[in-house]
Amino acid sequence: MTTRIGVVTFPGSLDDADALRAVRIAGGEPVTLWHRDTDLHQVDAVVLPGGFSYGDYLRCGAIARFSPVMGTVIEQARAGMPVLGICNGFQVLCESHLLPGALTRNDHLHFVCRDQRLTVENADTAWTRDYSAGQEITVPLKNGEGGYVADERTLDELEAEGRVVVRYLDGNPNGSRRDIAGITNAAGNVVGLMPHPEHAVETLTGPTTEGLPFFTSVLKQLVNA
Amino acid sequence: MARVVVDVMLKPEILDPQGQAVQRALPRLGFEGITDVRQGKRFELDVEGPVDDAALARVREMAETFLANTVIEDFTVRVEAAGPQEGAPA
Repeated sequence: MTTRIGVVTFPGSLDDADALRAVRIAGGEPVTLWHRDTDLHQVDAVVLPGGFSYGDYLRCGAIARFSPVMGTVIEQARAGMPVLGICNGFQVLCESHLLPGALTRNDHLHFVCRDQRLTVENADTAWTRDYSAGQEITVPLKNGEGGYVADERTLDELEAEGRVVVRYLDGNPNGSRRDIAGITNAAGNVVGLMPHPEHAVETLTGPTTEGLPFFTSVLKQLVNA
Repeated sequence: MARVVVDVMLKPEILDPQGQAVQRALPRLGFEGITDVRQGKRFELDVEGPVDDAALARVREMAETFLANTVIEDFTVRVEAAGPQEGAPA
């Protein structure tokens, strides 16, 4: 039996097709989920892709957070289902309060689009077990509102509990506090990050294939569960 | 119909690069003496029925859960005073 990984399409999602493709290349069964679905079609994990859901009106991710599909995703995430939020998906997870903090306008106000070096600091989450702690990877980064902010106490907590999953290397691209590129919840099943591992899963189109372990990690985790 | 205004501002400790960009542009346009600019959002809500305490409580709840992200933003709620009628000269 193959593992079913759902990818949500919101109006304005851009990277849902690449996320589905990454799931397939990793060996999972990609399942498309629509923002109006309240039923998750028996998926074992969910990816919230990048893009501009609902035009990013109000705040990035703010309207998507209240879409019908998110009601079920939030409930299942709290029950332990692995959920990965990439870029706009990370913003949705923060707006949903599944992850602490928020993403704000890049400090230099420019949209950034580049291949970004990162350190994987936490290789114990559902989405990062196929990395080793301290491993350096390069995947694309593209955002206008990617500056991670949270109050000092929350930042200290994230650091102390090892919940910073990936950190920017070679310069902070957007003013994120403490160079944070991605974080996890306390249980390690919900991970959000601004960079795009789904764009780095094969050499034809990606700068590297160093994003693929996000997707193989969750498959292994689910098979062993 | 009564109008309730919700103003949403980034918390003081959150960097506001848009406000800074506006502030930096002012001297170039000949507007001197502005030492800081913070940019926010204003929502004008036309409310059906009387704006009593219950209605204002609902608006506050709406602001708290949706209009503002209280992780990074503060909000205020106020009933707009009866102003000039539509079409009146400014």
